[in-house]
Amino acid sequence: MTSATETSLPSAADSAPALDAARLRADFPILGETVNGRPLVYLDSAATSQKPRQVLQAEYDFLTHANAAVHRGAHTLAAEATDLFEDARATVAGFVGAAPEQLVWTSGATAGLNLLAYAIGNATVGRGAPASARFALQPGDEIVTTAIEHHANLIPWQELAARTGAVLRHIPARADGTLDLDAAADLIGSRTRVVAFTHVSNVLGIVNPVEALVALAAEVGAVTVLDACQSAPHMPLDLPALGVDFAVFSGHKMLGPYGVGGLYGRSELLEALPPFLTGGSMITTVTLDSAEYLPPPQRFEAGTQPVGPAIGLAAAVRYLEEVGLDAIHAHEQRLAARMHAGLVDIPGIRLLGDPSTSSGTGAGSGTGAVERVGLWSFDVEGVHAHDAGQFLDDRGIAVRVGHHCAAPLHRRFGITASVRASAALYNTVDDVDAFVDAVRGIRAYFGVES
Amino acid sequence: MSDLDTLYRELILDHSKHPQHFGLAEEDGAHATSHQKNPVCGDEITLRARVETDGETIRDVTWEGSGCSISQASASMLSDLVEGMSRGEAATLIEGFREALRSRGQIELDEDVYGDAAALTGVSKFSARVKCAMLAWVALEDALARA
Repeated sequence: MTSATETSLPSAADSAPALDAARLRADFPILGETVNGRPLVYLDSAATSQKPRQVLQAEYDFLTHANAAVHRGAHTLAAEATDLFEDARATVAGFVGAAPEQLVWTSGATAGLNLLAYAIGNATVGRGAPASARFALQPGDEIVTTAIEHHANLIPWQELAARTGAVLRHIPARADGTLDLDAAADLIGSRTRVVAFTHVSNVLGIVNPVEALVALAAEVGAVTVLDACQSAPHMPLDLPALGVDFAVFSGHKMLGPYGVGGLYGRSELLEALPPFLTGGSMITTVTLDSAEYLPPPQRFEAGTQPVGPAIGLAAAVRYLEEVGLDAIHAHEQRLAARMHAGLVDIPGIRLLGDPSTSSGTGAGSGTGAVERVGLWSFDVEGVHAHDAGQFLDDRGIAVRVGHHCAAPLHRRFGITASVRASAALYNTVDDVDAFVDAVRGIRAYFGVES
Repeated sequence: MSDLDTLYRELILDHSKHPQHFGLAEEDGAHATSHQKNPVCGDEITLRARVETDGETIRDVTWEGSGCSISQASASMLSDLVEGMSRGEAATLIEGFREALRSRGQIELDEDVYGDAAALTGVSKFSARVKCAMLAWVALEDALARA
């Protein structure tokens, strides 16, 4: 599939080891599929990644050799399953630079963000006091998010604001898609209690300046929440080093199974946070009238956990680590650069968050080089995104079309929908070339160019 | 004809580029209006219709909206088609259209009944696009229920 030039592309800035995507592809059975008579070109990994055999095998092995309920029961399998489950926690926690007790299993990033928003709401009505008082919101307190968030990092905060009387504010995006840090410095003030933002935009592919936002939040003592969904599979991630208080990620976007994800929290904060979901497995003492809760992470893991998927996710992060996150990041940046070079010359294609094409007026552009992951979203002049996506699908190319769960961001750019191509470690230069070549034919097919 | 060409018939692309009855008629109290949105892609259609004083005859269907070529062409074709129909005829038409589009390519729309809209037959093989084609038809159904 891949061309010989791929791993030997010279890049002065890139000292990362080369990545042999052609070899990796053998681990992903689905990439051999044919779609509409064409070999599948899968460029929708920002929506969900494909899963290597190693992940499927890990789940299969668990279910066929060790499956049992964890953290209860005294039989051999129960003990073995518990060990594997907790080993998986340590592996996934280590992947983001955290200690095992700092990683809470969730069903995914959306569940993690809702857990936080509801737990803060519970603290606001006095649950978990006095330790939880640091989270309690007063009417008029402010929750700050950004104008580029995925709905999952927006709506839970809208709801929390509505329940508590807090005010939701948004850091605006500049025309080039970068966050307006000057505006952020004005917005984040003495009433700010939570600052929630994405590490990497799922529409723009831009890596946001986490350190700068954490510093602004730290000045006013606000809690920071990072959506790491689009960074975890694509670049080295050390959450404690980034200095965020909480972070979430989804297993299925990082080569892992559906239905599992992680919530990272700084230990002192997790210890002070009251639970959201309650029930079995998260208690110490229960009477008919009240209960006391386990320390983190179990306090936040009521009910039966996704044990098989957690073990699958551990296999996924081992796979990513084996390939090497530096190598993956460099590989995907090369693909993004090639994608950009191909798309930018096609008449009628407007790339979102592209510094070379965005208007630089007013609060238009940021300063310095912008770091990116391997994705580009774009508008095709005269052709709706759905139609463009249908045309690409006919050529076996899978991309995302629509608002990508970021409707306000699209409104910011004056459109309702876009086409998004997102790469992962298993994509090749040939994938990108086939995609760019197909995009070139879109406007002619729909008769909007002569 | 490739599957893609059966989806994007020339007639569909024509209607989407030159939509008929586009631009909402002035609201004068005799109209009923429905706004429909496809949350998946953000496509929107607002459709307005008038029912004559006989309580039966549909007149002056106008619409506006934004979206993919399928949703826009479908609204254009529908507005042409139902002018002067009775409520009952329109209801039968909408039901037949829905059934054909959900048939995964099993049921063809009859050109004698559906006119230009029969060109939307190919949509039924693309289950992800059925909602696009249905949007205006659902709007008419809803507007008539209010009229």
